[in-house]
Amino acid sequence: MTMTSAQTATRHSVVELTQVSRWYGNVVAVNDVTMTIGPGVTGLLGPNGAGKSTLLHMMAGFLAPSGGTATLNGQRIWRNHEIYRLIGLVPEKEAVYGFLTGWQFVLSAARLHGLPSPEEAAAQALDLVDMKKPKDRRIETYSKGMRQRVKVAAALVHKPQVLLLDEPFNGMDPRQRLHLMELIRELGAAGRTILFSSHILEEVERVAQQIEVLVAGRHAASGDYREIRRRMTDRPHLFRVRSSDDRRLAAALIADPSSSAVSMTEQGIEVQATDFRRFTWLLPRLARDIDVHLWQVSPTDEDLESVFAYLISRSST
Amino acid sequence: MNAVVADITYRAMLGRKRIWLLVLLPVALIGMAALLRLIGGWDEHTAVILMRTFSISTMLPLLGLIAGTGVIGPEIEDGTIMHLLAKPISRPVIVLTKFMVAASLVAAFGAVSTFVAGYIMVRDESGVAYGFALGSLAGGVAYAAVFLLLGVLTRHAVTIGIIYALVWEGLVGGYVPGARTLSIQQWATSIADQISSSAFFSTDVKLSFAVPALIVVTIGSVLWAGQRLRSLSLTGEE
Repeated sequence: MTMTSAQTATRHSVVELTQVSRWYGNVVAVNDVTMTIGPGVTGLLGPNGAGKSTLLHMMAGFLAPSGGTATLNGQRIWRNHEIYRLIGLVPEKEAVYGFLTGWQFVLSAARLHGLPSPEEAAAQALDLVDMKKPKDRRIETYSKGMRQRVKVAAALVHKPQVLLLDEPFNGMDPRQRLHLMELIRELGAAGRTILFSSHILEEVERVAQQIEVLVAGRHAASGDYREIRRRMTDRPHLFRVRSSDDRRLAAALIADPSSSAVSMTEQGIEVQATDFRRFTWLLPRLARDIDVHLWQVSPTDEDLESVFAYLISRSST
Repeated sequence: MNAVVADITYRAMLGRKRIWLLVLLPVALIGMAALLRLIGGWDEHTAVILMRTFSISTMLPLLGLIAGTGVIGPEIEDGTIMHLLAKPISRPVIVLTKFMVAASLVAAFGAVSTFVAGYIMVRDESGVAYGFALGSLAGGVAYAAVFLLLGVLTRHAVTIGIIYALVWEGLVGGYVPGARTLSIQQWATSIADQISSSAFFSTDVKLSFAVPALIVVTIGSVLWAGQRLRSLSLTGEE
């Protein structure tokens, strides 16, 4: 998959949300969110019902903020159809006309954008998502993954500076998923501003450099996910350790203040380290001093799932 | 007008089962007219009654409802409208295009079938066929605009449209003379009456009121729908 020179030559665009809130009656869906989405790939992460779609729809101009402002390159997004020259949107809903063929659907998008060579643009976009072959079939005969890809093609047909994708990997098989991940990474590397929402942590980890975490409508965290994890110094890190003498090692570890709890399990010992730096410095030295061989040391909560669970619990307290 | 929006809308309306809803009533009207002609039960009075009760009072509001709400309501309901709205096209232009499609469908299926049925029964006698065809055209266009507006305003457009057509125009209009003044059916009949010289016509609304009313309602509905679509909120699955 290669990007054309026209696709790589792009002006950087910035989506800015300033103290944005959205409520439905008494229900607050998004609460006082301020964030800036710049060039590169940003993952909007949160559990179902966290307000990701609401936020994304405000960025796409399909929902008015109840408070605050949403802008693209300084221009108001709501009730401004001109911004769609810069934005490509892949909604989560099956927003496709089943009676059109894939080709007709993407071509109609190119024509609606008023592109000078709509056929050429549509062919390129379909090629980009690997949908050239089935393009003449009606969309209603497509699998969910194929529909998703044809939606991506329609969103990319005018080579937008900003691409917003709502749960884009839903319904895709692993091969299609990898293909789209690669495409998103390439577009991000080419300087495009890409935001995609997901509740699947592995997807965000694999594609996004930047993560915005939304929990219960609030902006819970922002930054590189490993960075977010490191910033949470108030949270104990859990390690699973296997050694030549688990009992002796456990006794030695609990004597040091860097560990708050040590428990014996069938697989070895589990250590809750309250001082991450000291624990990782101490463990090999301690093992050497008491003549215990370490077979395995694995952090059990370094994945995004743990980060996420922690942020949720912190947000609800 | 936007040709791509019109193309997609025509395909949605004519390429699916919905076309049968548009075809059914006109075919029934022409069938009845042909049957009356065949069995010799036709005369000018019968033609006027059939045109008025079936064409203007029944078929026209239903065709207006099917076409007016059908060009936009289902797309808003299932979210496919996003394909059109996420483009650099002014939303009033999208509404205007959809209105033109709805109006053309009501004209093709409503006004043409009314003319054909009238012509089968009484040929060009007293201008009955021409009068009802033009009245149907004007009324159908107004219905299309009003029901398109309903399709943008509410997800219950069909229910509200049926209530309007049956309860307000059918029931209230039948018993309360004042209500007839605010009835698209009456405005359409007023135009038919103006063109036809038949003695069997009777209208409660003057042409001097009916024509401006049709124009104001049609243009007002399309403008309102355009503004409403600019502020249409669409949310995701959450």
